[in-house]
Amino acid sequence: MSRKPYVRPIPKTSWFMRQGRYKRYMAREVTCLFIGAYTAVLTVGLMRLAESEAAYNAFLTALKAPGSILFHVVAFLFAVYHSSTWFNVTHQAMPIQRGDEFVAPGVIVGTHYAIWAVVSLVVLLVAGV
Amino acid sequence: MAKSHKPIVWGPFAAGGTFSAFFNPVLILITGILVPLGAMSLSYERAHAFADNWIGKLILFGFIVLPAWHAAHRARITVHDFGLRADILMATVFYATAAVLTVLSAVALLKI
Repeated sequence: MSRKPYVRPIPKTSWFMRQGRYKRYMAREVTCLFIGAYTAVLTVGLMRLAESEAAYNAFLTALKAPGSILFHVVAFLFAVYHSSTWFNVTHQAMPIQRGDEFVAPGVIVGTHYAIWAVVSLVVLLVAGV
Repeated sequence: MAKSHKPIVWGPFAAGGTFSAFFNPVLILITGILVPLGAMSLSYERAHAFADNWIGKLILFGFIVLPAWHAAHRARITVHDFGLRADILMATVFYATAAVLTVLSAVALLKI
């Protein structure tokens, strides 16, 4: 063993800025903060709903604040990024084998997008467009 | 051989991530953008009626708990990637936050 092994210096807080793929990885990881914050917003909404009609309506009014709408627009974009980046790699994360052949990547990815579209549509209909 | 607890953590993480991938964009769009802008309405009566039965409660509970634990686990890993080397502390903070959201949403749903 060498007495002075070379240790490549890697900046602990900015290592991901060196490559596009690292940046995209970190952008995807950061989506969790927005999704986590949104679950807190939903929890507050449920607490207000359980409290009283006046409390729930005050919650709806608070959601109309420009800051709130801005947060939700950013959170929505991050959520879409999280969804599409996951669906795009599903054929690698969970390949399906039929006999000797693997199901074509496009079929697996396409099915996920189709289910996503149906799920979104159903939620919109149930919520009452 | 040392046993790993990772499979136990990974199961809910993957489930929460997939659930979140399918549901979160449309949920954020509805409650955070369309309703505040007046394009949709979620009146007290309709919201209350939806949460007034066990199926509705279970759906709303899932909307909060699965993404919350998924986000907590990912946040724990992500702060490490950002150079914050305090895993025990960060794991405690994030999992505790998810646990608090779980309890608060369960209590609220049971009151409705």
